[in-house]
Amino acid sequence: MTTTYTVDDPVKGRIEYSDRKRYLWMSSLFMPLFPMLGIALYYLFDSQWMLVLPLVFSYCVIPVLDYVIGSDTDNPPEEIVPQLDEDRYYRILTWLTVPMHFIVLIGIAWFVGTQDLTLWSVLALAITAGSYSGLGINTAHELGHKKPAFERLLAKVVLAVPAYGHFCIEHNRGHHKDVATPEDPASSRMGESIYKFVLREIPGAFRRGWDVEKERLSRQGRSVWSVHNDILQSYAISAVLQGGLIIAFGWIMVPFLAIHNFWAWYQLTSANYIEHYGLLRAREASGRYERCQPYHSWNANYIFSNIVLFHLERHSDHHANPTRRYQSLRNFEGLPELPNGYYGMYVLAYIPWLWYKVMDKRLLELPHINGDLGKVNIDPDRREEILRRYGKGQGEALAV
Amino acid sequence: MAKYRCPGCGYTYNENDGDVREGYPPGTPFAALPEDFVCPDCAVRYKEDFELAEA
Repeated sequence: MTTTYTVDDPVKGRIEYSDRKRYLWMSSLFMPLFPMLGIALYYLFDSQWMLVLPLVFSYCVIPVLDYVIGSDTDNPPEEIVPQLDEDRYYRILTWLTVPMHFIVLIGIAWFVGTQDLTLWSVLALAITAGSYSGLGINTAHELGHKKPAFERLLAKVVLAVPAYGHFCIEHNRGHHKDVATPEDPASSRMGESIYKFVLREIPGAFRRGWDVEKERLSRQGRSVWSVHNDILQSYAISAVLQGGLIIAFGWIMVPFLAIHNFWAWYQLTSANYIEHYGLLRAREASGRYERCQPYHSWNANYIFSNIVLFHLERHSDHHANPTRRYQSLRNFEGLPELPNGYYGMYVLAYIPWLWYKVMDKRLLELPHINGDLGKVNIDPDRREEILRRYGKGQGEALAV
Repeated sequence: MAKYRCPGCGYTYNENDGDVREGYPPGTPFAALPEDFVCPDCAVRYKEDFELAEA
């Protein structure tokens, strides 16, 4: 059964489109099986080694699948997008994903709290749970950009799982406004390793989220410590959830949840790191930055990881149309393109020298940059070193 | 009172209703919104980008 959308365009005539990925998107409902699979195999084979398999899947198998299965040629015509956006099937999938995140965290916590495990196993499980809750931040990202209040509420709820309630506010009103500028703590700079970036990104995003919410509440004449504070509402759910887990399963939950939370945040850090690395919007005469252009985001058009991430990798279209729904995001030729899907790129980012080796050249070769370091967002601490290495005598113009 | 529309995502600011969630009470004229006002829905269009939708 396929659903075909048609539109009669005055210029192009009849346009027909059916989404080949329509049913693949349902896999978001089965994704929780992966973190749970390790536990199932542990019982089956009676070996704690099985507990690392979900991590091997995420960080080793997905990059290979992206490489093997390759790019996604399916692209809805722009004229069809309004109909595709309105098809409720797609949004219901994102709604149903929300409870899965609670079930998986509680399930893994139960396992950790009740089984006799080595420290290494607890660590692997905390990272597995965190990696899946990082996907929860991705679900919140999809929901939090949407206009209906119900979906924004769900975003707040799912963000409670990794205790990251400030994310949607900070992301929508901060990152999208400041993206690809030196002011944005969530856009990485050329020469900045992910280990340096994370120390700027996590606190910077936290502060910006709170600043934006505080300003909104003060316009309403309310204190930041109000029940109307969206961030506090989400944190309150986190407190009940994670506090409940500590009460139920004891003190082992404290390090488990700390590692889980950090790893979920770090998955977001990883995505932020690779999405805009080195890209820079030019300043206009008015002092304002130019509008975010398609070449201000790195894209990946691999079918497998895009299914896992609700098309997050079609990032340029997302920044051009932040409220557009995942099923409607489009790929375009000639965009900054990553050599693998996001999961493969995360692993690359964790090895900084290799990341620079692959990405710096790719960055400078982008047509709109064409070797001009004045058009690159460079880590100020490494500016001179990078100018010496790649500057080719353009140093004067670049010393801005 | 007038309505102003975000040309990017279609969000409409109706001066009659204001935008209470954002802290702009009903009757707040568009002109009285802060200069750094961004579209509350998409945040990628600024105040000067908004178009008059209905006078």
